[in-house]
Amino acid sequence: MDDLSVVIAGAAGEGIQVVGEVLAQTVSAHGYAVFAWQEYESRIRGGHSRFALRIGEVPRNAALERADLLLALNPGAAQQYRPLLGDGGLLLSPEGEGEAEGAVAIPFAELAQEAAGKKLYANSVAVGALVAALGMDREVLYRVLERRFREKGEEVSEANRKAAEAGYREATERCGERCPWKLGGAEGRYYLADGHRAVALGAVRAGCRFLSAYPMSPSTSIITFLAKEQERLGVFVEQAEDELAAINMAVGASYAGARSLTATSGGGFALMGEGVSLAGMTETPVVIVLAQRPGPATGLPTRTAQGDLLFAVHAGHGEFPKAVLAPSDPVDAFHQTVRAFDLADRFQVPVVLLTDQFLAESLFSVEDFELGRSEPELHLADPGEIEEYRRYRLTEGGVSPRLYPGQSEHLVGADSDEHDEWGHITEDLEGTAVPMMEKRLSKLAGLRAALRPPEADGVEEAEHVLVGWGSSRGAVREAVELLRAEGVAAGSLHFTDLWPLPEYRFPEGKRYWAVEGNATGQLARLLRSEYAVVFQGRVGRCDGLPLTAETIRRQIDV
Amino acid sequence: MSDAERFQTDAEIQWCPGCPNFSLLKAFRSALARLDLAPHRLCLVSGIGQAAKLPHYVRCNFFNGLHGRALPVATAVAAANPELTTVVVTGEGDCYGEGGNHFLHALRRNPNLTVVVHDNRIYALTKGQGSPTTPLGERRSIQFPGVEVEPLNPLGIAVVQGCTFVARGFAPEVEHLADLLAQAMEHPGLSVVDVIQPCITWDPHPVSWYKERVYRLEDDYDPTDPQAALAKTREWGEGRLPIGVLFRADPKPVFGRRFREEIAGGPLAALPPVAVEAIEEVLERMRP
Ligand SMILES: Cc1ncc(C[n+]2csc(CCOP(=O)(O)OP(=O)(O)O)c2C)c(N)n1
Repeated sequence: MDDLSVVIAGAAGEGIQVVGEVLAQTVSAHGYAVFAWQEYESRIRGGHSRFALRIGEVPRNAALERADLLLALNPGAAQQYRPLLGDGGLLLSPEGEGEAEGAVAIPFAELAQEAAGKKLYANSVAVGALVAALGMDREVLYRVLERRFREKGEEVSEANRKAAEAGYREATERCGERCPWKLGGAEGRYYLADGHRAVALGAVRAGCRFLSAYPMSPSTSIITFLAKEQERLGVFVEQAEDELAAINMAVGASYAGARSLTATSGGGFALMGEGVSLAGMTETPVVIVLAQRPGPATGLPTRTAQGDLLFAVHAGHGEFPKAVLAPSDPVDAFHQTVRAFDLADRFQVPVVLLTDQFLAESLFSVEDFELGRSEPELHLADPGEIEEYRRYRLTEGGVSPRLYPGQSEHLVGADSDEHDEWGHITEDLEGTAVPMMEKRLSKLAGLRAALRPPEADGVEEAEHVLVGWGSSRGAVREAVELLRAEGVAAGSLHFTDLWPLPEYRFPEGKRYWAVEGNATGQLARLLRSEYAVVFQGRVGRCDGLPLTAETIRRQIDV
Repeated sequence: MSDAERFQTDAEIQWCPGCPNFSLLKAFRSALARLDLAPHRLCLVSGIGQAAKLPHYVRCNFFNGLHGRALPVATAVAAANPELTTVVVTGEGDCYGEGGNHFLHALRRNPNLTVVVHDNRIYALTKGQGSPTTPLGERRSIQFPGVEVEPLNPLGIAVVQGCTFVARGFAPEVEHLADLLAQAMEHPGLSVVDVIQPCITWDPHPVSWYKERVYRLEDDYDPTDPQAALAKTREWGEGRLPIGVLFRADPKPVFGRRFREEIAGGPLAALPPVAVEAIEEVLERMRP
């Protein structure tokens, strides 16, 4: 069984996320790899939402466009998403098309009413039907449901089970030959993780103890998760009054000696600009997650994009060093987050982690997080070894020994004004202001050396090289496979370290294609200015949906 | 070393000669000496403005951040390390103008901070514009025909919001102010001390104008009565300027205490990274 695409569609408020997650967990519990992404509108009820699952024996962490099995919770959704169904595809929906070719009607709500006494349980009827249609074991589904609804009490748990059973029975009777799938079980044992949980856990691994943030989709899941797991993971979480407070709190906590994090999205990051600059000037380490969604302004709040790359690179007024990293999947997100904290501490700079709605909210099958690969590195100085403490001591490489207030008798002064080595305001332009500016900027060399060149796949032999960054790694790699299957010599370069750009030489004599989820080609612009690389063309997507191998392939004219 | 010398620095003071800020600084150092604090246990946090320069003139830890943003920085410092005595020094433009939203939310959070507002009713550093507390009708460099909007009543807001220590001082009354500041710093939770600090450069009134109107709260004044306190905060409008502790109530739980006591067990700064097992346990729950 490989590469099966199941799409669940419905309106906001119908609970397709529950159906999708339960199905993803059931598939995963069967030992298959599942990748799930979702799109939904920024509203509480109505509209169109889709939860798409890709099922196979090995993890394929990128979105597919087609659907093999489409379950629509309402007739409108059936109409909207039906074009996704390929040949041999099947539609399960509550009414309308009856037993027409390629469609099976299952009255979810009525069955829920009959079996469990409430239409509310229509979701479980739906997921039962899906499990039957896919030829899976219903007992596994019941276990997943039991675990999910355990907290809500015996009665709710039981009702969900009955509803699922009704859906399962109905679909088994009706599908017959039209359901050729049989997910009997596979060998895999996967975590089902989304990108933002991985970021949150990476922060915890790095020793983060303080998170202040203001809710904004899609960054909110980090705050929610860490707040919920506060007892276990020990991160103090505060919902700030706004993003200005959020970043200033994070900077304050970091100055006080606690590793700290803030998370936001484009509009919030715009408000944080001054604070990013503050971290740069006061040389206070801080990690900022910038979870991208399509902008400008409020944009498409619940969709995905890679449109804030240059914004992140240029954020903050004045000139100061900072780092920008863009993880590609949950495992990478975990390790890059640990690294972001280390870089922030080591160079005493702000570090921006660029995620997006796709990475944040998709579910990825992860074989192993390899936790042992990342150890937190703390870079505080030893107060005992310092005779006279100067927070901004001029040093080779620009990094001064860092202590926190109260750690010892040494006094720690920090200033947003231009300052001397003790942190006191100065207007001594030649003697102090210039050396201080140079000190801060001299960190860039060390920072650059600590960043990694792009990950190369088959570049040496390739004629066409797809260059991407961040969360589109899976889609780009798959596009390369599509090209190779057509006999095109293709390869890829994938950037996760985006600022300062690492030392790298683009091999000559290739055709480079910049692949990115934005409209203006920001990566291309950045790489052109830093490496003088010439691009053959650009692949872009700015409709709020994730980059897919098919979209990329269509835009490359070879 | 005498107590006041302990907090001396040799930074060049950038205030105008004769500014009441010098008295305020004296009162501040005297309050610190009274509390028998070691400089490394004190952390001053400020934003931008003339008031915000004060941390440079006191020997201690300090964070001189952005205009209006002292409160969020200080709130986090106090939450991360409750062993420090954290004090915010700010101007009324800084605290009630640019930082107005943070002021409101600091009142909600009740962090263990003392906020000392140098209230000169003027944007001084930027040369004389109206501020959130400039009275109606006063002509200022931008409010050319006279201020046309109501001044804020920050202490009234603090009382209404249940701040448990609300006081007003007068910079030239050094001993009285030192006493207020010491009490405020000893009080657990948020303490707000608004200090009348006339601007000798831009204020249309001389300092003597304030001296004629300032009076100390009567001996029989009851600072635990919020209605009385509110009435006192409104006397500004009538040209009477009461100084002293306007309102005081039993301390409330301070921001971050539950987390520190029940989960962290100590200052956040000193905590090692969480054990990998905790992460593994959470990850395990992501296996179906
Ligand atoms: C974001 C931002 N806006 C404006 C300024 C300019 N600015 C510096 S000080 C100040 C006014 C400070 O007024 P106040 O807090 O009353 O202090 P004072 O100078 O009167 O002591 C302003 C507007 C700034 N530094 N940052």
